[in-house]
Amino acid sequence: MTHTALGAPPAGETAAESPAARAWRRLLRRKAAVAGLGVIALFVLAAIFAPLIAPYDPIVQSWTAVRQAPSPSHIFGTDDVGRDIFSRVIYGTRASLFAGVISVGLALSIGIPLGLIAGDRGGFIDALLSRITDAMLACPFIILAIALAAFLGPSLSNAMIAIGITTTPIFVRLTRGQVMAVKVEEYIEAARVVGNPRWRIALVHILPNVLPALLVQATLSIAAAIIAEAALSFLGLGQQPPLPSWGSMLNAAQRFLTNAPWMAVWPGLAIFLSVLSFNLLGDGLRDALDPHER
Amino acid sequence: MLKFIGKRLLQLIPTLFFVSVLIFSLQHLLPGDPALVMAGEENDPAVVEQIRKQYHLDQSIPLQYVYWVKGILSGDLGESMRIKEPVLKLILEKLPVTAQLACMAILVALTIGISAGVISAVKKNTVWDYAANVFALWGISTPNFWLGIMLIFLFSVKLGWLPASGFVPLREDWQASLASTVMPAFVLGNATAAILMRHTRSAMLQALESDYVRTARAKGLLERRIIIKHALRNALTPVITLGALEFGTLLSGAVLTEQIFTIPGFGKLIVDAVFNRDYAVVQGVVLVTATTFIVLNLLADIAYHLVNPRLRGMG
Repeated sequence: MTHTALGAPPAGETAAESPAARAWRRLLRRKAAVAGLGVIALFVLAAIFAPLIAPYDPIVQSWTAVRQAPSPSHIFGTDDVGRDIFSRVIYGTRASLFAGVISVGLALSIGIPLGLIAGDRGGFIDALLSRITDAMLACPFIILAIALAAFLGPSLSNAMIAIGITTTPIFVRLTRGQVMAVKVEEYIEAARVVGNPRWRIALVHILPNVLPALLVQATLSIAAAIIAEAALSFLGLGQQPPLPSWGSMLNAAQRFLTNAPWMAVWPGLAIFLSVLSFNLLGDGLRDALDPHER
Repeated sequence: MLKFIGKRLLQLIPTLFFVSVLIFSLQHLLPGDPALVMAGEENDPAVVEQIRKQYHLDQSIPLQYVYWVKGILSGDLGESMRIKEPVLKLILEKLPVTAQLACMAILVALTIGISAGVISAVKKNTVWDYAANVFALWGISTPNFWLGIMLIFLFSVKLGWLPASGFVPLREDWQASLASTVMPAFVLGNATAAILMRHTRSAMLQALESDYVRTARAKGLLERRIIIKHALRNALTPVITLGALEFGTLLSGAVLTEQIFTIPGFGKLIVDAVFNRDYAVVQGVVLVTATTFIVLNLLADIAYHLVNPRLRGMG
């Protein structure tokens, strides 16, 4: 829903262009989305090359460097046990991106098949799945994730499972709705008349039409999942110390606000930037994939 | 109208049933024997046996569920393992605190969200519009626990204007109460304000292009009057309904906000319960929040039907 300046419709929109290529070209026209994509790329690089970028070990404590303010040797300062905050923020990228992508991947892999079945079959299965979806959406996201993580036991992988399960109903509902809208179209009817089996129609003819909406929602859900992982880690239910994660760094920072405020600034800024980038990309994708907009 | 309410109430039954199944199944996620895990440090076989009896863990799972639901329907949400008090009592004690916080947060969200939305729609494609959109994006992307920490640093540590933590009940001292909740309310309402701003903006843009606004303009009414009396009044209906859906976000946010500002509400209760492995309390809090959310949605739906004359009389 970001309203980046929309240029005049391009002259080069040819019939030969594939829908994906057209969407990509439209996306690249949106400055905010491109900026989001760029920042995400930086975070991904930081996560992959963390050992090369981070100047210090993110776990080793140093009692001679406790709570030092940002300086040339520690550009983000050090924490309460003398660890370099910059190195921890860089390594923390791994936990956050991992949690975001894997939990949404989990939600997609459960949500899409269930949504396809509910939308395509209708009847009792649809009613059952829809009521279960309603029930899960009735439980506030973070509260359900906390409860799940609490019962599963605190760890990063359990936090991802908890967030993934809590995110699933959105995809079931979205897929179901899209399938219902698409399946009355004439080309689906045509595919049926020709004698395609049901599963083939669902996978080959319906699913591709549902994908754009799912892609937009998945991007926005990654943003929500990153916040959720940080929240769970902040509460001690995600990544366990001493392994670095942005949420648990903020938790530690809270106790030293008076004499080491920098401990709170950087991990929070990292969460904000990554979430903002996924939101910008999601908004941009929505505009780029909207068939009504040119 | 009565028919509509009746139909919606009937729809609640399966939803509530599945919510209860969902929350009930949580305890079966515990690795190993739930009775052993619930007993915690105490490995006393007598205690484990007592828990097994108390939670009917020696029965089949469907029977356990029946016992559990029977208990809930008679107001028995189980007992806190740690404090040895009924879960319902604990929840009722914390409810007013979270309710006050949530109401103030909604007030913050409505004030900021609707006014920013109206301004950005009326001044479409100007600096005001961009500023409001940036605000919305910022509000959606800022984790509220970080915002809380930063505000505490600014207003409590640096400026010393507001207390960093704690909660004073409204009845005891309203000024101190407001001082202790203004920051948490802003932190909590911020994200909802952003979402309301986006809803208001699109609803207002639609309303401003409608025929009745054109008629009002043709009559020569003052622009301010057109915006407030004609456009906003119609735009508000979807905003309020969609806003009610955000109540779940608000309850989720309350967990973290209360944790940061050490406010003894609902959120603090569930987090403390999680760390004390007080599973009955965790289940109780989820059950109560989900039910509250469902009921509020129903009320919003009914209100929407009441306000919207076109839907009146429809089943």
